[in-house]
Amino acid sequence: MSDTDALESELLAAIEAAGDEAALETIRIAELGKKGRISEMMKGLGKMSPEERKTAGPRLNGLRDAVQGAITTKREALADKAIAARLAAERVDVTLPVRQAAAARGRIHPISQVIDEITAIFADMGFSIAEGPDVETDHYNFTALNFPEGHPAREMHDTFFLAPDDKGERKVLRTHTSPVQIRTMEAQKPPIRIVIPGKTYRQDSDATHTPMFHQLEGLVVDTTSNIANMKWVLEEFCKTFFEVPQLNMRFRPSFFPFTEPSLEVDIQCDRSGAEVRFGEGTDWMEILGCGMVHPNVLRGVGLDPDVYQGFAWGMGIDRIAMLKYGMPDLRAFFDADIRWLDHYGFRPLDMPTLFGGLST
Amino acid sequence: MKFTLSWLKDHLDTEASLADICDRLTMIGLEVESVDDRAVFAPFVIARILSAGQHPDADRLKLLSVDAGPKVNDGKPLQIVCGAPNAREGLVGVLALPGTYVPGIDTTLSVGKIRGVESFGMMCSERELELSEAHEGIIDLPSDAPVGTRYADYAGLIDPVIEINLTPNHPDATGVSGIARDLAASGLGRLKTTEPARIEGEGDVGVALAVTSKTCLGFALRRVSGVANGSSPEWLQKRLKAIGLRPINALVDITNYITFDRGRPLHVFDAAKVAGALQVRDAAAGETILALDNRDYTLPAGTCVIADDNGVESIAGIMGGEHSGCDETTTEVLIESALWEPLDIARSGRSLGIITDARYRFERGVDPAFMESGLDLATEMVLDLCGGTPSTRIVAGVKPHHPKEIRLPFGEFERLTGLASTPDEQERILSVLGFVPHREGEALVCTVPSWRPDVEGKADLVEEVMRLKGVNEIKPAPLPAHSAVNGRILTTAQSRDRTARRALAARGMVECVSYSFVSQAEAEAFGGGSPALKLANPISADLSDMRPSLLPGLIAAAGRNAARGYGDTALFEVAATYLTDTPDGQKRVAGGVRRGSAGPDGPGRFWSGTAPAVTVFDAKADVFAVLEAVGFPADKLMIEAPASDWYHPGRSGRIKLGPKVVIAEFGEFHPKVLKTLDVLGPLCGFEVFLDKVPEPKKKATRTKPVLTLSLFQPVRRDFAFVVDETVEAGRIVRAAEGADKALVKDVRVFDVFAGASLGDAKKSVAIEVTLAPAERTLTDEELEAVSAKIIAGVQKATGAILRG
Repeated sequence: MSDTDALESELLAAIEAAGDEAALETIRIAELGKKGRISEMMKGLGKMSPEERKTAGPRLNGLRDAVQGAITTKREALADKAIAARLAAERVDVTLPVRQAAAARGRIHPISQVIDEITAIFADMGFSIAEGPDVETDHYNFTALNFPEGHPAREMHDTFFLAPDDKGERKVLRTHTSPVQIRTMEAQKPPIRIVIPGKTYRQDSDATHTPMFHQLEGLVVDTTSNIANMKWVLEEFCKTFFEVPQLNMRFRPSFFPFTEPSLEVDIQCDRSGAEVRFGEGTDWMEILGCGMVHPNVLRGVGLDPDVYQGFAWGMGIDRIAMLKYGMPDLRAFFDADIRWLDHYGFRPLDMPTLFGGLST
Repeated sequence: MKFTLSWLKDHLDTEASLADICDRLTMIGLEVESVDDRAVFAPFVIARILSAGQHPDADRLKLLSVDAGPKVNDGKPLQIVCGAPNAREGLVGVLALPGTYVPGIDTTLSVGKIRGVESFGMMCSERELELSEAHEGIIDLPSDAPVGTRYADYAGLIDPVIEINLTPNHPDATGVSGIARDLAASGLGRLKTTEPARIEGEGDVGVALAVTSKTCLGFALRRVSGVANGSSPEWLQKRLKAIGLRPINALVDITNYITFDRGRPLHVFDAAKVAGALQVRDAAAGETILALDNRDYTLPAGTCVIADDNGVESIAGIMGGEHSGCDETTTEVLIESALWEPLDIARSGRSLGIITDARYRFERGVDPAFMESGLDLATEMVLDLCGGTPSTRIVAGVKPHHPKEIRLPFGEFERLTGLASTPDEQERILSVLGFVPHREGEALVCTVPSWRPDVEGKADLVEEVMRLKGVNEIKPAPLPAHSAVNGRILTTAQSRDRTARRALAARGMVECVSYSFVSQAEAEAFGGGSPALKLANPISADLSDMRPSLLPGLIAAAGRNAARGYGDTALFEVAATYLTDTPDGQKRVAGGVRRGSAGPDGPGRFWSGTAPAVTVFDAKADVFAVLEAVGFPADKLMIEAPASDWYHPGRSGRIKLGPKVVIAEFGEFHPKVLKTLDVLGPLCGFEVFLDKVPEPKKKATRTKPVLTLSLFQPVRRDFAFVVDETVEAGRIVRAAEGADKALVKDVRVFDVFAGASLGDAKKSVAIEVTLAPAERTLTDEELEAVSAKIIAGVQKATGAILRG
């Protein structure tokens, strides 16, 4: 074994033993630095004869490369170790909880959600959304809808009145969304296809009645629409809304002052269990009222009932929401109990669409 | 409207089952509300007491041996313990066996031991069967009652009671005969109602009659002399009881019976108690009557009454008076069959608050053609049940009834229903309903029967044909589509409501829907409470005024949740507020409140950092989020402090568009307002007045503006200014932005502090200005120049001094 071999073994052992970057650097300077031992030995090559250089040159070069390589390798190893140590020190407990996202905490009220569902369905059938004021005149709420002054039909509506004005006229809180039918027909010529979701008011309060509730009114006026079309629209709506493939509906004659003929509609369902199931069972549940727009109503807005015809319907939004989503008590809708809203409310990104499904 | 099956069958010859009758009623528009098939009575059997001995251990109990016929207990006698004083050998009574539900004691029997002796059933009293209040002893039937058979059959108890939900039209269906006519017309049997025979009578009524009220459309009166007014017969009592009426005496029961049988209300006076002539007149103000319900009524002027020299004896069409009513001493009766103006009766009934079977019928319209027939029918029943001799009649004040004629084109039915019907079919259906149709060209001209005042036009006739032909015959037909792809249907305002909701919910807020009315105190605390928006008949005092703002409802809701232990809530509502009682006084508003620590990052304590109490800036951030979501970013709008009076004067602001239009308000609340609402903070809230947000500009194309990207890096420079404490940071930001509009891209306040080192009433505001060169990298000179412009601009606007 030559001197260089011995030196190489010695240096490689020293490099391997270096505990940190500084120790390694000390070795590098001592051996490979300008005045380092190997560098000095390399300088000696110039004084050698070509013969000597032939053997000493490669030997010294080999030594230098081996030491250089060992230092680089060791430096990487030390760096890896340092990173590993840092990473170990940086460890955290990932089972610690994170704050819930704001969008996960937020809720949309079932009424808003159901109105969006209704809107999606009727938009597909070519209907627009109409609106009107909650504080109405007696004319729009009753007279224009063919409720004669003093008629018993007015008493079916437990009306809220406002204080009488100078002329002794008292406004009412609309008892149904039907006044918007009149406002729409006054403002717009047929063909008309609108639905009117909105707040309505009756002086009544128990588990199924609250002084304020929500109705969905529909109105179609043109020169051809008839009861057969009305049945189709309502059946398609109910099937889509309740998201069931089959739904049996029963139309039976009834009475509303502003439609003639008038009908009420029941849905066949099973109410034996905790939840209402549609499309099965033997019960009939009333769900809406409808009929052909009364000739007096058409005449009142300047439409000739021998030329124009159409149909209208009304249903409780809160009621269909309860039927679909199973809330037991109407009063809770308006109580703003955070527990109820959290449970029955909808997430902000649950947008009802027909292409993505009304509910998920 | 209630009636029993046997009663219906007095008028209708039918083999149809109860279920079929009920289905048909519903499908022709007489919706069956409930059916009581009386099955509860079925298990009770007639039984004979063979022997009645003494109970070994109880003085007042007897030990019976009872024979309940060959089918019970293999024909062997049953041992029954009984405490009834009238239990005796040979008595034929009513037995309930173990397993039978006994309605009067609400118990299902089992074999029981009474004082150590087994009892295999129970002999029942009338009260135990809920037949009457009688409980002095067990039912004691005639000795020939058939032992072993069902008591219900023997006593005729199984007569199902049907209740229908009458709509305000169809006054004809307020009588069993009218219901039978509809069923017969629908093909469910044959109508067998008979017209009452005309009774001429003899002699004068003996009472003069003067009709002056316009409410009276006709008045028929007759006396029956020498009547004996006892209890009415059992069949009559049974029917009245079945529909929930209390039998009183024969004369009164007859009027009630005819009210339900024919929809024809009547009244009977005790002639002996009538003084002088009967006057049908309008009441003077302040006249009073003690009515048959034993209550005193003061009549509004103009209420139509029947009066005599003693005063008011009866409220026309609504309720009789106690004074001249008939009781068991009555021997001379005056029978009244009158006709009244429906709207007048409705008005009087409403103002007096009296609901009676008579009013119900008169305000819907009683058959004018049956007035005198009703008098005859009542007379006939009085003669049958009470004896006596009838006088002739007086008929006064009759306004002639002019039957309506309606032209129904053959095609009208199909036009409205989409279902074909031949003229023959329409003619047949209308005829059986009592219409008198004849053909004129391509139409049926129909005379409307006197009992259908609700039928006004051809649409009503279409309904008649439709309900009897069957609504089910009409098959659904698609509504033709207007276009292949339906476009946008929401208005900007409707769309903004929806967007605002989703945006606020996405910020962790929970939507509520609260009542549109609040208490007067709440309304006044938020700028409302005007008399025009006050309810005349609120459901309760705390729901009396239309809300001027969404905030009182939301703050109260946060308070209720806090009281339940949920103090950190973020609630919002997008709904209407009411500033006037006209349509344009109703405003669309998005409002919200945050309570406790319910800021946008979530409430409460947390290992990574506890949420701070909510502040005005949480509310401000919500406002900006709403405005951004509805497409109207607010960062360039004016912010003014403070907001309305109900907010904290030092911690609230409003966003304005121009000098007058307020788009939103936000802030913490005034402590006095929270005290009024009895809710504790910390609370902040906001309202965005969505109506005030301008409509977006109409654009010709959907193309977005061209995007130009600068090749040069932005440069950021910090400036710290010392200003008077009252100087708003917004002014510093605006001044910096305005210093060089081409270069200054963004100004951000990154530090605000006040301290003694700055001097009294001073603060430091530090801003970071982002400069975005478009054409080349800025030179040091250019940077210095723009910095100087920014410093000078801020100094000029606010008197600020750059900190060294």
